Amino acid sequence: MKNTVTFILSVVVPLVIITVVLRDASQDNKLLAELKEEYSQPHVPSVDHSKHEVLQQDFDNPHEITATCISCHTERGEELLNSFHFTWEREDYIEGRGVTYLGKSNLLNNFCTGIFSNESTCNRCHAGYGWEDQNFDFTNQYNVDCLVCHDNTGTYEKLRGGAGYPEPGQDFQAIVQNVGRPQKSNCGYCHFHGGGGNNVKHGDLEEALLTASRDVDVHMGLDGANLECVDCHITENHQMKGRYYGVSSANTRRATCEQCHTATPHLDNMLNSHVSKIACQTCHIPEYAKVNATKMFWDWSTAGDLDEGKAFELYDDEGNPIYQSIKGDAAWHTNVEPEYFWFNGTADHFLISDQVDTTAEFLRINTLFGEADDPDSRIIPSKVHRGRQPYDPVYLTILQAKLWDREEGRGALWLDLDWEAALTAGMEYLDRPYSGEWDFVDTEMYLPINHMVSPADQALQCEDCHTRNDGRMQFVEGTYIPGKTTNATIDVLGVLLIIFSFLGVITHATIRFISHKKNNSQTA
Amino acid sequence: MNKQKVYIYKLYERFWHWTQAFLIFFLALTGFEVHGSFTFFGFENAVDLHNKAAWAFIILTIFTIFWHFTTGEWRQYMPTTKNLKAQAEYYIFGIFRNAPHPTRKTLLSKLNPLQRLVYLSLKILIFPVMIATGLAYMYYRYPSGGEIVEPGIVGDLGLVALIHTIGAYVLMAFVVIHVYLITTGHTLTSNLKAMITGWEELESEEGEKTPVSKTTKDPVGEKVDQPGDTPKINPDNYKSK
Repeated sequence: MKNTVTFILSVVVPLVIITVVLRDASQDNKLLAELKEEYSQPHVPSVDHSKHEVLQQDFDNPHEITATCISCHTERGEELLNSFHFTWEREDYIEGRGVTYLGKSNLLNNFCTGIFSNESTCNRCHAGYGWEDQNFDFTNQYNVDCLVCHDNTGTYEKLRGGAGYPEPGQDFQAIVQNVGRPQKSNCGYCHFHGGGGNNVKHGDLEEALLTASRDVDVHMGLDGANLECVDCHITENHQMKGRYYGVSSANTRRATCEQCHTATPHLDNMLNSHVSKIACQTCHIPEYAKVNATKMFWDWSTAGDLDEGKAFELYDDEGNPIYQSIKGDAAWHTNVEPEYFWFNGTADHFLISDQVDTTAEFLRINTLFGEADDPDSRIIPSKVHRGRQPYDPVYLTILQAKLWDREEGRGALWLDLDWEAALTAGMEYLDRPYSGEWDFVDTEMYLPINHMVSPADQALQCEDCHTRNDGRMQFVEGTYIPGKTTNATIDVLGVLLIIFSFLGVITHATIRFISHKKNNSQTA
Repeated sequence: MNKQKVYIYKLYERFWHWTQAFLIFFLALTGFEVHGSFTFFGFENAVDLHNKAAWAFIILTIFTIFWHFTTGEWRQYMPTTKNLKAQAEYYIFGIFRNAPHPTRKTLLSKLNPLQRLVYLSLKILIFPVMIATGLAYMYYRYPSGGEIVEPGIVGDLGLVALIHTIGAYVLMAFVVIHVYLITTGHTLTSNLKAMITGWEELESEEGEKTPVSKTTKDPVGEKVDQPGDTPKINPDNYKSK
């Protein structure tokens, strides 16, 4: 009895104490509580614009509105002339290319392919007035559209095919008296509709975010933090934080989760230690396009088919167009699991002057740089939009088609359904060499997913990645992932070692048993 | 030849052995789940349990190193070539012919030369490698000052994991063979019983004094009777208390 007590006191009790001490002490997430308090304070504007006399007048010329804004906000016009929302191109350094000036103003994509010759309709989303062709004056501050971003009435409309001009006949007096800090609906007016419709392009930015619950987006959900875009996309002098790598290239001025949540946001250090190699978005955005479908595939090569001589459209069960004579075949998905890539925040883009490699499986419209060994790289979730779009099989360049015009017979594909005329017109407008022949090339475009962050309890679980097959990380190469990565040789040898041990033991036991019987019978 | 009951495995020794046996089994179960070989606890629980069991194993190892040196039991594991060949031949041939054990088990020499070699390599090679790679795996990257730092001492985590996995396979093979070989004692279960109760019937030559531990106390300090100059540990002394 005394032995046992001594033993328990000297050995078992210390073991238990040490084990208990080693357990992580649970704690409250103070940081999150502070963030909630900070961002629940309503924004109180310092100015009531309805009290300004200069705004108590009827406007019919949008340039006059801009001039009136600038009459008080004297330096903001110049700021806008240098902002990406107005220039649509940025100075960036790209590894292998040097300093480049890239953006929507000179890049092609695999959605509507590009703005060239289509400016009047595409540039409805330009924060300016009148960019309908290459003669637009980017140095005139009165060409800036203040209202599309600052209208707080939610009624301001830009004209379809109007090159950025507003629809005439709006109550501009009410709008200018209710300007303020941009709201979700302002940013969403363009950013929800990239690619020509709601959620077509991004997959994680769409109209549903204006009315969503926190299950859809924990930050923007009405029953969540109900944040505005500019709460995270912090802006100084009209320079926004945040990049979209369909058009951006540099690892600077990014809006990050860490700017609020720090680099070690979890109470569990096992989770925190993931942060250096895994972007927050990877676990916290398990799927995108949670409400409305996003376009995942766009095959321009089938555009132009006619039904009894007329253009036609086919729709899926949810009402998404899966075939349009003017656009070709399409695939739409909701609740999409992202694909995962190493990404260090820098990207390259396929330029209109670049050569198509016809031996490649597909052409990368943009390339996300990053690899496992790169200390700046983390695994990020991305939408991959796969397309098939026209290229010149002789000059090996991708082609710009003219899609839109006000009138038929001027080469617009969407009116005339004539590829030859559309490509000729598009390339002529670009003033780029075109052989007159065209074919279609498979392309991929990578759109990193950053929005539609789920509540923490809906984030990915360990098993979603740490599993041998079919895990989220199944195509991520170059790093050891516990539970997934194995060395086949060692596993085979190891299992063989155990099997042979068993076989050896069984054989030995059998011979022992037989010889024992034999020895016994001899002595008997 | 006569037989005597000898208190061969002391209380701590048995506690250590069975705790270690349980931990190795449990570490293998959770470890191979982390490796992705099967699903039982779920990955998250498996990692958590594996890390906790690893700490228990490390603490047990520290206690046991202390025990080995304070009791002098470490001498049991000094390798010897004497009888090594005979012992191997016994397992390959002799055992099938009812030949006697080539090595006599005594209190001062509990282990045959093969056991000495195998257990010593566990102690100075396999366990240190498993503990070192295990700690490297746990701490190659850790939070410090609000960020995650990776000092780079560990280098390639995949290599660390690979070595740890190889060690695990070797240990599994050891367990299979070890569990079988304990049946090759005087009777099928005499070794097992000895490791449970501490007592084993050992053979001694006619007139030979049964060697006992240099201390006349049992491991937890219980005084043992010493009749005359032939100190013997009598199990009845324990039963009466």
